[in-house]
Amino acid sequence: MHEKTHNPLIHISKRSAMPWYTAWAIRGIALVAALVVCAIVSVIVTGEDPFQIYATIFEGSFGSSRKVWMLLQNIAILLCVALALTPAFKMRFWNLGGEGQMLVGGLATAACMILLAGKIPNWLLIVLMVAASILAGAIWGMIPAIFKAKWNTNETLFTLMMNYVATQLVAYFIILWEVPKGAGQIGIINQKTEAGWLPMLFGQKYMLNVLIVALICVAMYVYLKYSKHGYEISVVGESERTARYVGIKVGKVIIRTMLLSGALCGFAGMLLVGGTEHTLTTTITAGRGFTAVMVSWLAKFNPIWMVLTSFLIVFLSRGAGQIATNFGLSPSFADILTGVILFFIIGSEFFINYKLNFRKHEAKEG
Amino acid sequence: MENKTPAVKMRNITKVFAGKVVANDKVWLDIYRGEILALLGENGSGKTTLMNMLSGIYFPDEGTITIDGKDVVIRSPKDAFALGIGMIHQHFKLVDVLTAAENIVLGLEGKLDLKTAEREIREICDKYGFEVDPNQKIYDMSVSQKQTVEIVKVLYRGADILILDEPTAVLTPQETDKLFAVLRNMRESGKAIVIITHKMHEVEALSDRVAILRHGQFVGDMLTKNTNAQEMTNMMVGHAVTLNIDRPEPVDPKPRIIVEGLTVRSEDGIVKLDDVSFTANAGEILGIAGISGCGQKELLEAIAGLQPVEHGSIRYIEDNGEEEELLGKDPLAISNMGVSLSFVPEDRLGMGLVGNMDLADNMMLRSFRRGHSLFADRRFPRDLAQTVVEELDVSTPGISTPVRRLSGGNVQKVLVGREIASAPTVLLTAYAVRGLDINSSYTIYDLINRQKQAGVAVIYVGEDLDVLLELADRILVLCGGKVSGIVPGRGASKRDVGMMMTRLGGNGNA
Repeated sequence: MHEKTHNPLIHISKRSAMPWYTAWAIRGIALVAALVVCAIVSVIVTGEDPFQIYATIFEGSFGSSRKVWMLLQNIAILLCVALALTPAFKMRFWNLGGEGQMLVGGLATAACMILLAGKIPNWLLIVLMVAASILAGAIWGMIPAIFKAKWNTNETLFTLMMNYVATQLVAYFIILWEVPKGAGQIGIINQKTEAGWLPMLFGQKYMLNVLIVALICVAMYVYLKYSKHGYEISVVGESERTARYVGIKVGKVIIRTMLLSGALCGFAGMLLVGGTEHTLTTTITAGRGFTAVMVSWLAKFNPIWMVLTSFLIVFLSRGAGQIATNFGLSPSFADILTGVILFFIIGSEFFINYKLNFRKHEAKEG
Repeated sequence: MENKTPAVKMRNITKVFAGKVVANDKVWLDIYRGEILALLGENGSGKTTLMNMLSGIYFPDEGTITIDGKDVVIRSPKDAFALGIGMIHQHFKLVDVLTAAENIVLGLEGKLDLKTAEREIREICDKYGFEVDPNQKIYDMSVSQKQTVEIVKVLYRGADILILDEPTAVLTPQETDKLFAVLRNMRESGKAIVIITHKMHEVEALSDRVAILRHGQFVGDMLTKNTNAQEMTNMMVGHAVTLNIDRPEPVDPKPRIIVEGLTVRSEDGIVKLDDVSFTANAGEILGIAGISGCGQKELLEAIAGLQPVEHGSIRYIEDNGEEEELLGKDPLAISNMGVSLSFVPEDRLGMGLVGNMDLADNMMLRSFRRGHSLFADRRFPRDLAQTVVEELDVSTPGISTPVRRLSGGNVQKVLVGREIASAPTVLLTAYAVRGLDINSSYTIYDLINRQKQAGVAVIYVGEDLDVLLELADRILVLCGGKVSGIVPGRGASKRDVGMMMTRLGGNGNA
């Protein structure tokens, strides 16, 4: 082949908008391809039957009704954080501080539970927990926003660093409140009285969490799509100059939106501490503040799609855990599978946005 | 000239974008050495696309390119350079903190030898008559100097086929003359030159041959001396058009905006406007002329409440004679005062509109605050978008199309349509027809004239002096941030205004 005199083999061009069903078909193909690659990797590395591995992944989420509730509960918290980050992301404010905002929210919740249990009625305690966690998260989100609005500091670094501050703060209070002294951990808070534990609903421990997050999801969708605030957020995100041009006060929108974002993160921390874990550790968020970034992006910042993307990610990670248990494999193997699947799903976006043009064989004119 | 063989032959060149927009459809084009070819066509007729394929930025879907009789494949700008093709784009690609010489050798392979490079640069400059100091930093240069550096850069790399994409859009008449002199020198030394332009008088003054594209198709080429502006325009548009701009008499002119002693500094402390005073009348078009970057942008943005001002005053006179100070108020405060001020900024997609939003959502930029509800009214902007599309004949697939997908002329119609929809009393426009083709330009002139007749005070910042002289009732000339003079539009000479642009008051020998 005489490369020099031929057209390039492949050239890449941007696509115009593609109908939604084609886009979802491409994503579907990517998922299937990912499963095939996972199967090949599994067979080569472990020698296990790939179909059994898939069955196990499925079992991880749907194996028992307890597992289904665990799945829902995990989706709820992850989705809550993703919803919290979304208004900031729509504004192109890269809030990577979800971890820290959740942690301080959790810390505020734990503080209420530890310090006020037994002193006030339980309903008041829960109200205070909610208020305190929202306030703490909002403050944590507002600090970088103020700096961004006033001095245009880089929010990515700022929010990221606030995570470390939050972790250290939590570490300090854990030592302060540790039970028993010297244990270095808090343990289950109010195990006997269950004071400040979010109540069961319809006999289900996690029903309340799931319902609340579902409500937040719909509310966030409406807020971003139909409200004046939502419109301002979009304009600021697309172009600050345009926003100024029509008289939108950019700094005000940044601070207001980060208040909301941080507050919701803090609330997610409350759900975690008051609703599911009933304890406080520095790693209680389990990286959800970062995983949520992916949930939000994969769904293109659409709150309704985020239900799907958060399901996908939780489903994969629970399945991966199940593989590790059932086959006695290292949990790292499960991470490899999750990695392969995410690689394909994220990679499929390339094919949705770009087109590969292969060289056509054509008769050359003289 | 007729017997020569073309340096470049483009045959049956077709380029389709995104699978459906046909930018070029079986285009033929011959480019000869020792000749200046003017490539003409309306916006979206595929001129730039065609030249981008020659310079390796796009790759044609079909067709062949032959250079000096040999079939070639141009896959990248590097390939183009190897074939001696160099393009000077509208937006300069220079590194500000480097000198001219450093920019010119940037990216070249081999040992870095600035001394030799400087010598060679000086040789090139002497040969063609460029005025470039190789050691001057780019940030110290005027737009025209930057453009010169771009041209020298291309020559230094051995190009003998040069493509210039609207090179005069940013130049004063005097600078344009200088550029043309240099281009003629290059022609004499046997280079092939293609210039893309919208300005007919430049085509007539400079080119030897014109080639015309319409809707991506090649309409024809001919020797410039055998044709005229009217014929070329008709070929571009596809039907006969008139080239006169209307200038109705001002309607009951009375002061609407009085600017006094306006001084503006940029963030890094440079004086952008220096003691500027003038009055803009209702029912009149006040044209603002000046070399680009002479404070036009700051002036409009100061009036619109977007630009911090050091001192001065901007007073708005209401119909009943009441005066209100606009200075120190942001756009929201100004509109809350009941002053209906519309602004068509220079940066259409970066400031006036949001490129990723659709037509309806862009209409909403001005109206979304209405009402006390938490939710924005989506009905009104949708209706307005529909009206604008119909009345201004915007060509778009629909009102839910993101505006960045529209062509330049249609983007401008959307923006102007929205701005005049609010029945303004003051209309500020910056380079309202920049990059627009003849048809769209005349639509915009017409809209502006109708605003004037409705009693609006129009401030029109323009770059094409011919248009300013035909359209404006009075022309304020800015020079380095100062008012160089205010002349009546009727009877002003292009030469005088050009002089005032480069020298305060326009006196002396510029």
